[in-house]
Amino acid sequence: MIGSPRARRAAALLVCYGIIGAFMVFFLFPPYWMAVTSLKTNQEIESLEGIPLIIQKGATLKHYVDLFTKTDFLVYLKNSVLVTIPTVLISMVISVMAAYALSRLGFVGAGLIGTGVFLVYLVPDSLLFIPLFKVIGGLGLLNSKWSLLVVYPTAIVPFCTWLLIGYFASIPRELDEAALVDGANHFQMLVRIFLPVAVPGLIAATIFAFTVSWSGFLYPLAFIFSSSEQVLTAGTVTSLIKGDVYHWGGLMAGALLASLPPVLLYAFLMDYYISGLTAGSTKA
Amino acid sequence: MAQVMMKDLNKKYDEVHAVKDVNLHVRDKEFVVLVGPSGCGKSTTLRMVAGLEEITAGEITIGDRVVNDLPPKDRDIAMVFQNYALYPHMTVYDNMAFGLKMRKFPKAEIAKRVGDAAEILGIQELLKRKPRQLSGGQRQRVAVGRAIVRHPQVFLFDEPLSNLDAKLRVQMRVELKRLHDRLETTAIYVTHDQVEAMTLGDRVVVMKDGWIQQVGEPLELYSKPANRFVAGFIGSPAMNFMDVALTDAGGALWAESDGLRLKVPPAHAGRLGAYRGQHVTLGIRPEDLRVAMGADAGEYAFDAVVDVVEPLGSEILLDLKAGSHVMVARVEPSVRVKEHERLRLALHPERVHFFDLKTELAI
Repeated sequence: MIGSPRARRAAALLVCYGIIGAFMVFFLFPPYWMAVTSLKTNQEIESLEGIPLIIQKGATLKHYVDLFTKTDFLVYLKNSVLVTIPTVLISMVISVMAAYALSRLGFVGAGLIGTGVFLVYLVPDSLLFIPLFKVIGGLGLLNSKWSLLVVYPTAIVPFCTWLLIGYFASIPRELDEAALVDGANHFQMLVRIFLPVAVPGLIAATIFAFTVSWSGFLYPLAFIFSSSEQVLTAGTVTSLIKGDVYHWGGLMAGALLASLPPVLLYAFLMDYYISGLTAGSTKA
Repeated sequence: MAQVMMKDLNKKYDEVHAVKDVNLHVRDKEFVVLVGPSGCGKSTTLRMVAGLEEITAGEITIGDRVVNDLPPKDRDIAMVFQNYALYPHMTVYDNMAFGLKMRKFPKAEIAKRVGDAAEILGIQELLKRKPRQLSGGQRQRVAVGRAIVRHPQVFLFDEPLSNLDAKLRVQMRVELKRLHDRLETTAIYVTHDQVEAMTLGDRVVVMKDGWIQQVGEPLELYSKPANRFVAGFIGSPAMNFMDVALTDAGGALWAESDGLRLKVPPAHAGRLGAYRGQHVTLGIRPEDLRVAMGADAGEYAFDAVVDVVEPLGSEILLDLKAGSHVMVARVEPSVRVKEHERLRLALHPERVHFFDLKTELAI
């Protein structure tokens, strides 16, 4: 293709926008489908006529009202918050300290342990939930939301530790040495130098911890049986699928609302998240 | 009292013996420069004094305390790093105040000390800025400021100027010298730049391969290098070295080689007597060579062919060939020579150096 630089640039941009557009359609279709379905009447959802992609017979908020009045949605929401916030805090405290120790204390085998920690993260939930069921039972935490507080950090800490090791490794060693000479001990060095410098990494790790904890499905489904202890993900599904009847409108409304907190978190912290994930890849 | 004593200091890593039997007495208020090529052990030595590197063997005393097992913060030292190592999230003020805060100084005292240091260094206007908003020279000033607010017993400098551009480096060099005159704090300074070493140091320690080669005042190192390495390292352009045979003729000792025949100056003749009939290394500094005139004695002159002319304005560097020897001469800017031209060079007989061929020690 021959043309002026300007024309070639325009063509390239067009291709870029085309690809981005395709991605957007692909990734935004599920939430759109959820939103549309959640606003339809039951008759329209179950009707075999018409076009599923648009609302033809009038929108309704009935599913949302039902969600709040006829299900334990608010209980699930409360439980999710109660589980997620301490999970994130506990995981971050452990990860930060582990990452600091592994990246800076320089003990024998630190590198090996660092790799080992990451390998642990690669073991899938679906392999772990049966043995973990025994463990949770042994701890007397079956059918309690607090069981998740024990289980989630096992998945979050390895990844966050690994992420933070990479981030801490990008902090020049001379900075620690300057702090050592200035009279800081390891704890002061961590709190006053490392954490402020590593804010983007911490945010990336926090987002990850939040997402894992908020969206976990298998563990609550396996460990929690009563509605009063259940969290959003499993709770919405178990209370809106009765036998073989799927309450699609309610399911979609619940799923949409449940996905809002992570979306908001991502939107506010996205710039930090990206710079956190790419830290250490280049030497700034 | 803040002298620093290093006794039989050694540092071994797994494979590398980085510092070997270093013995050095840095006197109170003295500015001592460790200089040498990279990997010579100078930084490791400094880091052992700082407490950032464990001591394999030997002893370090600061003031009258043996500090071998003391952590850096208890050694009463302050260090300036090559990459500044400023805390990126803190303002200039907080960077300088950090060490004092860690030591729980009262706020008013911190403010006073930071203010004083900022004034000395001329960075009062920068106190509220973050390091990323500063130029290289300003960052280095802040790093120095962070060290001086502490009023430590000893300053340690680890190549503090090597990240600056040439012009700024010269300027900061002068400032550091002025600062030392004013503060009179014992300082140990590491650099690979011999000019920095010569201009800053009360005494200079030349190191190579972990060994101290020579300790002395700058001009002493220049005029009386202990061995061939020091002779070649100190001075720019470097000293010219030639392998010569010592022969006896007419009651005098002559240094002979391809294209050269020079009389051994009487001052050296006594010590060189033992090398009669053997080969030694002759060293002549470029600045001790000049274009010969009619009055110059023939026994201290030789012919050479100009290979390259490098006019620097204040002087001219001539790359020459004398027989098979390649050498550099530093001559007056008024000298007019062209490449491939033949000329006769004369040397200062009292400024030539001789080195043992095997031990490389000065004779």
